[in-house]
Amino acid sequence: MSVVPVSYYLVLSGILFGLGVVAFVFKRNIITIFMAIELMLNAVNLAFVAFARAHNQLDGLVFVFFVIVVAAAEAAVGLAIVIVIMHNRETLNVERVNLLKF
Amino acid sequence: MLLLNHLWIILVLPLAGAAINGLLGKNWPKVIVNWVAISSVSLAFLAVLELVREFSHLADSQIPYGGNYFNWITAGNFRIDFALQVDQLTVIMLLTVSFVGMLIHIYSTGYMAHEGGYYRFFSYLNLFMFFMMTLVMAANLIVMFVGWEGVGLCSYLLVGFWFLKQSAISAGKKAFITTRIGDFGFTVGILLAFWTFSSVDFGAMFRQAATMTPDTMSHAGVLTAIAILLFLGAIGKSAQLPLYVWLPDAMEGPTPVSALIHAATMVTAGVYMVARMNPVFSRAPIAMLLVGIVGALTAFYAATIGICQTDIKKVLAYSTISQLGYMFLGCGVGAYAAGIFHLMTHAFFKGLLFLAAGSVIHAMGGEQDMFKMGGLRKQIPVTYWSMLAATLAIAGIPGFAGFFSKDEILDAAGSGPHANIWLWLLGIIGAGITSFYMFRLIFLTFFGSPRYDEHKTHVHESPKNMTIPLMILAFLSIFGGWVAAPHLVGGPNHFEEFLHPVFAAYAPTAGVEQGASLAGSAGKSGGVAPSGGMELLHSLTGPPVIVAVIGLLLAWWLYIKRPDAPAQLAKKMHGLYTLVYNKYYVDEIYAALIVRPLLWISTNVLWHVVDEGIIEGIVNGSAHVARGSGSKLRELQSGNARSYASWVVIGAVGVTMLLLGILGMVH
Repeated sequence: MSVVPVSYYLVLSGILFGLGVVAFVFKRNIITIFMAIELMLNAVNLAFVAFARAHNQLDGLVFVFFVIVVAAAEAAVGLAIVIVIMHNRETLNVERVNLLKF
Repeated sequence: MLLLNHLWIILVLPLAGAAINGLLGKNWPKVIVNWVAISSVSLAFLAVLELVREFSHLADSQIPYGGNYFNWITAGNFRIDFALQVDQLTVIMLLTVSFVGMLIHIYSTGYMAHEGGYYRFFSYLNLFMFFMMTLVMAANLIVMFVGWEGVGLCSYLLVGFWFLKQSAISAGKKAFITTRIGDFGFTVGILLAFWTFSSVDFGAMFRQAATMTPDTMSHAGVLTAIAILLFLGAIGKSAQLPLYVWLPDAMEGPTPVSALIHAATMVTAGVYMVARMNPVFSRAPIAMLLVGIVGALTAFYAATIGICQTDIKKVLAYSTISQLGYMFLGCGVGAYAAGIFHLMTHAFFKGLLFLAAGSVIHAMGGEQDMFKMGGLRKQIPVTYWSMLAATLAIAGIPGFAGFFSKDEILDAAGSGPHANIWLWLLGIIGAGITSFYMFRLIFLTFFGSPRYDEHKTHVHESPKNMTIPLMILAFLSIFGGWVAAPHLVGGPNHFEEFLHPVFAAYAPTAGVEQGASLAGSAGKSGGVAPSGGMELLHSLTGPPVIVAVIGLLLAWWLYIKRPDAPAQLAKKMHGLYTLVYNKYYVDEIYAALIVRPLLWISTNVLWHVVDEGIIEGIVNGSAHVARGSGSKLRELQSGNARSYASWVVIGAVGVTMLLLGILGMVH
């Protein structure tokens, strides 16, 4: 059984991360932007796991756990903010949420 | 030897008085303020007396007797100590200053009795005494300069004492700024003296100056430069041509201030300084000549202005300028002792004239115009008699103090080793004019019929604390010159003999054979050596006496015999009269030539161009740049989360590119 080379994983991770960036920049809905961030985080996780496997070391896996924990925390806080915004402004369009400026 | 070894005690007494009254006296009753002020100067005077007693026991080799109190400034080889010294010249000055100062303090308690700011007045007056005595006891130029500037400060404060009066404020500023012009020269002179002698200590400077000869070009040049620069300071401080303009205006101050500062003591500081620096001046013939010329011209010029003044204090102010000119004339012809002698007698009679004028003004309820007085001699007899004594003294009527001193100055100018016939002539004419305007003052004020409203003005003699100082000073104006009297009958001149060591110690030997200070006696007792009787006759019928009597008679004729004549004369010589009446328009000329151009440059160049254009331009410009760039940059913070996201992405890409670039370079 042939081993899938690490570059395949990296390309997939790059594609996923690129999709996340594009969605992050161009989408207007906060929930979608949130999902784009999760996508980018998981793309990075994929790269970590691939390298950990290729080099046969645990370091990458430890990082992945950290990222997952942070992402969970982020999701908790982020969704709370989203709910409050929805409550107050009755929209999730980021272009309408622009009062925090000079 | 207590005080000789602790000279500072004399200074601390008036300073303590100034501090106590100035800091605590605000809410004290006048009695306590009086008590503090009078006791501090009286104690200072007693201390001076004790000092003189101790001084008289000193051997000649111990004089000047100095004390070094603390090291003040040290920078490299530049070292200034707070050092005081006493020699014969200092003794004369200390006695004059402390005694006249004490009398004027006592007088002020009466004169200022109804004024506000009573404690402030006495605090300034005590402070003045402190600085004046610092000036005369200083053992080096820098400490002297401290006193010099300190008295200037007190003069400013006291001229502007009634600071709610615009004219008083302006007069104070004028006095301060005008003397500052002279002080600039004085400061440069001190620097040049240090550069030349590597010391500003009087003893050290004079010892070095004594080794310099006026024959060597470079020596003569630098000594002349130092002398002229220092004399510039004296011109400002002692109100000589062309910087005299501040003194008449300074009459805005209370009259005791005019008496103490602007007649008896501070304005004579310039004369004292020239006499103190005599080893330098004696070796700078050109500077000496300049001193003589300025003195003689001022003596004559200020006297002519005095003729037409109507304000009683202004007459005395111009008279002071004129008499200071005589002192400089004395110094300029090498008769330092005569100059100092005149300084002393002048302190008595001019101090008295001002105090008496103050008493007249007090009696008239504030009126200063002589043409609104007249016939006062019956109502205020004490003032009248003492003022008459002072007038006889200043006019040079034989027997009175001014006669002896002025005669000696004119004698030195006419026949001393540096005699100059033109200076002598100016002095003689000035003496005649002095006599004229002083008797004009007396006749207008005390004789004739009253020209004021007798129902409105209640003329009254001043209280005792004003008249007693008048009487004491009148006594001194009459007899104060007699220390030099034996000289008239061929005997010794005690005053000049006393001062002789000061002026002979470093007197140049080459060129000027006679000790400069002995000019008077050398000129008189040397040569033909007339007998005592002849000498006396010669003095009593000499030109100074003749012009004084002519002046007196002319004033009598114009203001008593023919009271309508002055007006006619003024009409006949209208142009000249207007010119002199307006003080030769010197104030106007200075305004046009100096003040207004300076104001124009300050306004149109320094203000609108340099300050507003350049300095504000730089400050405001940098603020403008910061604000402009800030207002552009703040647009980055749009509040739009997507644009932030774009920036984050752009930044991440940029950083990645950079890292890759660096990695590529490393490999």
